[in-house]
Order: sequence, then C-alpha cells, then structure tokens
Amino acid sequence: MDTSLLFIQLLNGMQLGILLFLLSAGLTLTFGIMDFVNLSHGSLYMLGAFICASLTQLTGSFILAALLAIPLTALCGLIIELVVVRQLYSRHHLDHVLATFGLILCLDTLAEMIWGPAGIAIPLPAFLNGQVEVFSGVVIPTFRLLIITVGLTAAAGLYLLVNHTKIGMLIRAGASNRTMVGALGVDIKTLFTGVFALGAGLAGLAGLLVAPIAEASIGMGNEIIITTFVVIIIGGIGSMKGAFIAALLIGLIDTLGRSYLDDLFKLIMSSEAAETAAPAISAMLIYLLMAVILAIRPQGLFPAASR
Amino acid sequence: MTNLPLKKNISRHPAFWINTIALVLLAVVPPVLFISGQPFWLDVFTRLVILALAATALNLILGFGGLVSFGHAAYLGLGAYAVGIPVYHSLYGGMDSIASFNGFLHIGLAVGISALFALLTGAISLRTRGVNFIMITMAFGQMIFYAIVALENYGGDDGLTIDVRSEFPLISLDNPLTLYTVCYLSLLLVLLIVYRITRSRFGLTLQGARSNEQRMRSLGINCYRYQLIAFVISGAICGYAGFLLGNFTTFISPEMMDWTRSGELMFMVILGGAAFLLGPVFGAAVFILLEQLLREVTIHWHLPFGILLILSVLFFNGGLAGAVSRLRSFKNQ
Amino acid sequence: MKKLLTAAIVGAAFALTSAHAADEVKIGFVTTLTTGGASIGQDQEKAVKLALKHIDNTMGGKPVNLIMADDGFKPEVGKQATDKLVKQDNVDFVAGYIWSHVLLASRKSVLDADKFLISANAGPSPVAGKLCHPNFFSTSWQNDQTPMAMGETLNQQGVKSLYIMAPNYAAGKDMVAGVERTFKGEILGKDMTKWGKDAQLDFSAELAKAKASGAEGIFVFYPGKAGPAFIKQYQQAGLRDSLPLYTVFTVDSISLPKLQDGGMEGVLGSVSTGHWGPDLDNEANIKFVSDFRAEYGSYPSFYAAQAYDSILLIKSAVDAVDGDLGNKDGMRAAMKEANFGSVRGDFSYGNNHMPIQDFYSRKVVEDADGNWTTQIEKVVLDDHQDTYAANCNM
Repeated sequence: MDTSLLFIQLLNGMQLGILLFLLSAGLTLTFGIMDFVNLSHGSLYMLGAFICASLTQLTGSFILAALLAIPLTALCGLIIELVVVRQLYSRHHLDHVLATFGLILCLDTLAEMIWGPAGIAIPLPAFLNGQVEVFSGVVIPTFRLLIITVGLTAAAGLYLLVNHTKIGMLIRAGASNRTMVGALGVDIKTLFTGVFALGAGLAGLAGLLVAPIAEASIGMGNEIIITTFVVIIIGGIGSMKGAFIAALLIGLIDTLGRSYLDDLFKLIMSSEAAETAAPAISAMLIYLLMAVILAIRPQGLFPAASR
Repeated sequence: MTNLPLKKNISRHPAFWINTIALVLLAVVPPVLFISGQPFWLDVFTRLVILALAATALNLILGFGGLVSFGHAAYLGLGAYAVGIPVYHSLYGGMDSIASFNGFLHIGLAVGISALFALLTGAISLRTRGVNFIMITMAFGQMIFYAIVALENYGGDDGLTIDVRSEFPLISLDNPLTLYTVCYLSLLLVLLIVYRITRSRFGLTLQGARSNEQRMRSLGINCYRYQLIAFVISGAICGYAGFLLGNFTTFISPEMMDWTRSGELMFMVILGGAAFLLGPVFGAAVFILLEQLLREVTIHWHLPFGILLILSVLFFNGGLAGAVSRLRSFKNQ
Repeated sequence: MKKLLTAAIVGAAFALTSAHAADEVKIGFVTTLTTGGASIGQDQEKAVKLALKHIDNTMGGKPVNLIMADDGFKPEVGKQATDKLVKQDNVDFVAGYIWSHVLLASRKSVLDADKFLISANAGPSPVAGKLCHPNFFSTSWQNDQTPMAMGETLNQQGVKSLYIMAPNYAAGKDMVAGVERTFKGEILGKDMTKWGKDAQLDFSAELAKAKASGAEGIFVFYPGKAGPAFIKQYQQAGLRDSLPLYTVFTVDSISLPKLQDGGMEGVLGSVSTGHWGPDLDNEANIKFVSDFRAEYGSYPSFYAAQAYDSILLIKSAVDAVDGDLGNKDGMRAAMKEANFGSVRGDFSYGNNHMPIQDFYSRKVVEDADGNWTTQIEKVVLDDHQDTYAANCNM
C-alpha cells in the first residue's frame, strides 16, 4: 500500500472528523445540558456559510468575513433560542423534534428567498488556495490544513472553557444534574441561552470552513445533521470528550471506507461485484458502526456521568 | 407527551362524535370529488388514507408503547418493493419463485418481510432507550435505504416503475375508486385492530411499560418481549401500507424510505396527538391537505408550513387531540 | 375537521376555475424550482418564457397557457405534480424533466392519459429502449451518448490512461458505461461517490487516489451543485497541470459564472462534450443566445437550450394540425419530422423518438467580454444514434 497516500487519506479523514466535532460540540451541549433535541442545528451551519459568503463579497476578505460571521451566527442562534427553543425545554423530545423540523423548513426557505437557490461560492485568498508539502511526497491543500488547525484550536479552547472556568463548571454540572444546578440559584435561563448561542457559533464556524471547499448551499445542513447525531450518540450524549473521539472516528472510517473498501472487496469477490457493493457498504458504514456500538453499549462510548 | 387514556365510556366523549364524523367524511367526500370531475383530489385523499394507515401503525408503538421509531419509512419501502419486485420479474423474467402478479402473494411478502425486519432490528434496538432508540431505528432505516440504492436491477436510485398493479379476483386496483375503497376499508380494519390491541391485556401491559417500565418489571412482567411483539406488529402493518402505496403510486424509489419520510410519519402522529386512536388520521389529514393547499399558493410553501408546525407545537401541547380535550375541560369548568 | 371541510370546498372551487377551455394550448412544464437544483429549473423557465415570446405566445392560431410545476428534486413530488397537470389542469402536453428518476416516475401518468410527453433533458436508457412510446419525444439526448463522445475525444487526443469519478446513481453509471464503451486506453481507477440526499461533496480522498494513480486524465460527471464543488477541490489540489480534466454535464453556463466568481482558473481549458454550445453557428441559436443574454444577462445553459427546443417542437406539431388538438396522429407525425428551427441545427428522430444528432468536443475559454464560456472545437460523433434504439419495437 502507498504510505503517503494513506497518510493523505488519514489527514482527510481527520479534517472531516474535525468539522463533525465542531457541529457535534454544540449539539451535545444543548442535548446534554438542556435535554433539547435540536434538528435545526444544521440550519445554523448553513447560515454560517451563507453569512460568510455574503460578507466575503461585501468586504472582499474571507478572513474578515469569517471572523464576523461567527458572532453573527451565534446571534441568530440567540434569537432562535429566545423566540422558539426557550418555550420548549419542559416539553417531551417529540415536541422538540417537531418544532425544530418546522424551524428547518423556515430557515431553509428564508435562506432560499434571501440568497437564491443556486448557492454561493466563496473565493479564497491566494495564500490559502495553494498546496503545502507536509513532508516529502505528502502534498495537501493549504486550506485543509487550516481547517484542521482551526478545528483543533477550537477543541482546545472548548476543553479549557469546560474544564477550567466557572462557566465550564456550571456546564458540566448542568450536564449531570440540571435540576440541582437550578436549585443552587444559578441563573439557568441565561446559562442555557449562552450555551445555545455558543453551539450556534461553533456550527457557523464549521459551515464557513466548509463553504470554500463545497459552497454555501440550501439544505447543506440537513445532509450533515444526521451524521452529527450519529457522532453524539456514539460518543455518549452530553460528553464533549465522547463527541471529539466519535467525530474523529466517524471521519476516519468514512474517508478510509470510501478509499479502500473497493480494493478490500476485490480481494474476496469479483471486481464487478466489488464495484457495486463497495459504495453501498461505505455509505452504510457509519450506521453499521452506530448500530453495533449501541447494541453493545446502549449508552454510547463515553456517557456523561450520572445520566 | 400528554397521555390521553382511552375513556371507558367512549361514546360519551365528544371525541367519539368527532371521530365518527371524520371517518364518515373520509368515506363520502373523496368519491364525491371524483365523480364531480376532480380525480386529482381523489389521489390526494388516497395518499392521505395510506399515510394515515402507516401513521396509525406507528402510533401503536410510539403513542401507546412510548417507543419513538425514526425508521418506519423503511417498512413502507419494503412493502412497496414487495409489490414492485415480483411484478418486475413477471414482466422481465428471472426469480421464478416470486415472479407473480398475485396480490395475495404481494401482501404476504410485504407483511412477512416487514415483520421479519422488525423482529431483527427491534431485538437489537429495544436494548436502548430514549434518544438512542430514536437514532438506532433511524440507522437501520438508512441501511435499508442504501441497500435498495445498491440494487441496480431494480433501478437503484432511479426507482422502479410498477407497470402492472397487484391482481385480485373480482376487483381491479386500476380503478381509482376501487383502490380508494380498498385503502379506506384497510384503514378502518387497522384502526379496529389497534383499538382491540390497546384494550387487550397485551395493550395495557404495553402502555404500562410506557408509563413506568420499572414498576412493570418489578411486577415480574418482561417488558422487552411485549415491546418487541408490538414493534413487529407495527412494522407488519406499516409494510401493508407500503403494499398499498406501491399500488397507488405505481412508482417506487429508495427516496420513499429516507429518514425525512420517517420524520413525516412521526409528525403525523404527534400532530394529531400520540396515544389517541384517531390522532394519526387527523395528523395525516392536516399534513397532506395543508401541504397541498399551500403548494397552490406559493412555491415557498415550506415557510408557512414550518411556521404552522412551530405554532402547533407551542400552542397545541399534545397535538390536535390534546387541543380538543382541553377545549372540553374548558367547557366543563 | 374544519380543515377537511375547507379543503373540500377549496377543491370544489378549483373544479369550477379549471374547466378546460379548448381554445387554448395548455402546456405543463415540470422542472426543479426549489432546492439546490432550482438554478437549473430557473434557467429552463427563462428559456421557455423566451420561446413563448419569440412565437408571440401562439401555436396554431391559439394562445398558449403555460403551467410551470415544481418537482422538488424528488421523483414522488414530480409524479404528483405531473398527475395534477394531467388530471386537474388537463394539459395537452407535458414537457420538462431534468432528472432521469423524476421522468421515469412520471412518464406512465402522462402516457396512460394519452397526452404527449416531451423530455427537455432526462434521457435514461429505458425510455429510449424497451419503454419507448409513440407519444414520447426527447429534445435532448440519451444519457450514454455524451460520454461516448467523450471517450472518442480522449482517443483522438491520444490520452492513454484515465481515472473516472461519478456519483453512484443510475445516470452516473450510464455516464461511466458510455465513456468505457468508446475509450480505448486503460482505466486506472474509478470512484462512484455517494449521491442523493446526503450526497458526498468532499472529494479529497478520491482526488488523492486519482493523483496517485498516475493517469493522464480524469473524467468526471457531476451535475448540479456537485460540479462547482468538485472543480474547486480539483483546483485546490493543484491537479490542473498533472491531471487534465474531462467532463460531461458538469461545466455549463450555470456553473461557469460561479466558478469565475470564485476564481477557479483550474477549469479553463478543460474539455467537455455535448450536442450543443452557446457558440453553435446557426440562425436559430444565434437569435436564442443573443436574446437570452440580452434578456437575462447570462449565457443560456444546455438545459435552457433543450427547454427552448421543446416549446418549438410543440409549436411545430400544433401548427401542423392548425390548432386541432384532438388530432393526435397529425401532431405525432409532425413532431416525428423534427421540422422546426432547433438551436442545435438540423437533426432527425430515430424510431424511438430520440434525436439523431451531432456531438461536439468543447473547451472552456474566456470570451471577448471576459466571461467564461465553452467553445466548440470539432464534431466528434456525426449523426449519432443511441444504442438502445435497437431495443425499441416502434
């Protein structure tokens, strides 16, 4: 096997994993702390991409646009929390699913009315548009390296926030026992709003990182949200560590499956059968993984304490 | 979720009359529309009744059993392919053992395969609870979705046209009015079945397991077994709905088993009011008719539809049935 | 309950308003007007409106009533929209259909009702072969033809080895089969990527494989929004010089302006094949392209060109029978002649009512005004008929 190709694929898998982590971090927090199922998390990812695309056209600078788009997406999250989500915390999961599905329909259609159905490409500055040689023979696009760096930085920031600050302490406490935190006199409403906005900002970051590779497009969030749910279920709901590990796992398995499954199958079956089976199985792979993990560990890999 | 237990003296409940009127309207309005030169609206109602049937099947486990399955569209798909594949082979050869136009064989396959799939996946899924159960049922649905996509013989992603409908003695499903009648009677039958199940010892145990699984277990009842049986029944009925859907659309594709379709079934149940016998029928009616009417108004119909969904959750806690029951208690005050 | 009643009343109201008026020509046009595919549908809608303007909205002395319908990119929704056009609006012709699966889902509804069905894009093999029908006509092509032209182009350019990428669905498989049928060199690798709802848009793993394979060229088919995404990543991976790009239905007048905005110079010079190009030199096309650009400010796509032709084809039929819409045989015979000013130039219909036409190789260039567009290089396949015509008993 070609080792430099394998290394490139590992990096590609890591990049996908990191994007998934940025999305799952917010989702697992809202899920873990507020016990709120947010199907519309993917729409915030889409909004991040579109806001960044518009700002890039307006300011001419991707970097500036990206820095502005993160707080703006968080603001969108804040508004959604105040108007809709806040009323639903005490309700059953089913109501969450129904209402946030309604939110998806609204946000997707609004985005289509504002930005048009076609989608917007984001041009990158020249220094991000090239390739770098990581070491001899391993050349990858610069921007993908940036995604990995930014994602790891955000993960480290989140780790510090959750484990070494007072807010983080409240978040962790909330994830294990939210009634108790409320009873201790913590302003739980503000904490919830803050966490929701933080999750929205992270989703926006993921969206604007993806947009220069694919593009900002209507419904892009609905395509990734299910994978994100798979990640947080495998990782264990409410667990940041679980989300990180599961995201990287899914990213790697998905990428490596796509790259090597057909070669693997060709060892045991005819090449024609392999060409048919490999894409089907590689598309199923993450679901298979989830089913197996849940069958063995119904709580996921790293369930948050006392849940 | 608000739990609306079935009242003992059901005929005194205003819901009884609302239900009866609804079922009578469903029996009368669509044929009248058809005869008065509106064949398209008969189609809309046929789809409505089939989806109401599938949603009623889902309600058995979701509403009464508290098991939120997010993969029920898979059964609709399996049922439809149980019509499409035998018909395909009758027309184009191959697979002689199942090649047939016989409707009874199609129903047998649809129900049998769905029940088997429900048994296998239910046995694994029921080990989990809550959101994990939602997600694992979705995962199994997605696996079937991709498996069908990979079946190139049967059109893969492009889907499969059913050139000849299931054949039965005496009746022909090619007549839209006959097809509607079959669907409507099937819905009545399934409602009756679900009603009888929920009033049986089995059904009461199932509902008990929803409210307090621990207590049931301490009474020495094996909840898992009850839930698995309910899961299989629900899947089998949904497979039958798939058989009807295949005969109605005469075109099937993996798209019909996508997770968003499972979501729509769920919404019909919740919108109408879970654990309420006719809730899914109302949910399906509102869902389908609203979709159809808003489509007439704007191609951006998703926006008002979404807003209405959100508002209905915010203000109709417990679905339409919940709203009705609150209206009643308001009157009684 | 109230809603049920309202629906019934509204339904009855529709019945009164939609009574069929025989003194107009009713055309239903099914395309994608929402979701990510809407940019294609809107391009087609523009072309249809332009065609109606060019013919003064008249066919056989009768006014045309055009009803646009949205398929939502889903076969089921497309079929419902078609049913409505046929059963409620009682149209005379149903045209449009971008996607193969939507066409396959809807064709029976139209043909069973004894209406004419005109595909303005989709060309899956069954409708050209065993499912061919006297009332079905195409103003586009059969799926395999364009990639077959590509295989021929690759042979002519002396490309010896090829890497192939396409989405894993029926049309994708048709495209791959088409290029494999004519390409004589070696195929060093092939990736069929996930398609459908959660389609794969990140091709990093596949591009890394393609690069490592050492092929002399890469052939791709990525319609709709996947196209720009692919080309962007192709450029970012720096493959323009080492792995020349050959495409079908990927680089078009919808994606090129976006690629230009995004500064994706990697696409310049890439080769594609097709039956039409905006620079095709014939009277009808010059008028179509210049009026389209004047009206909408962009080059029309091939989707638009086919939609424009579909209206002209219908007009040729209605004119031939002087607006007697009951004369189906007369209209069918007229359409079979393909006797209208098609923007692709002269062509004829085969026994299966698919066009027998020329296919060209084209290159992406910058035009005099600095806009990116495709330029026709040469004819690759001359009067080409699809291979499935033999399976059609008509």
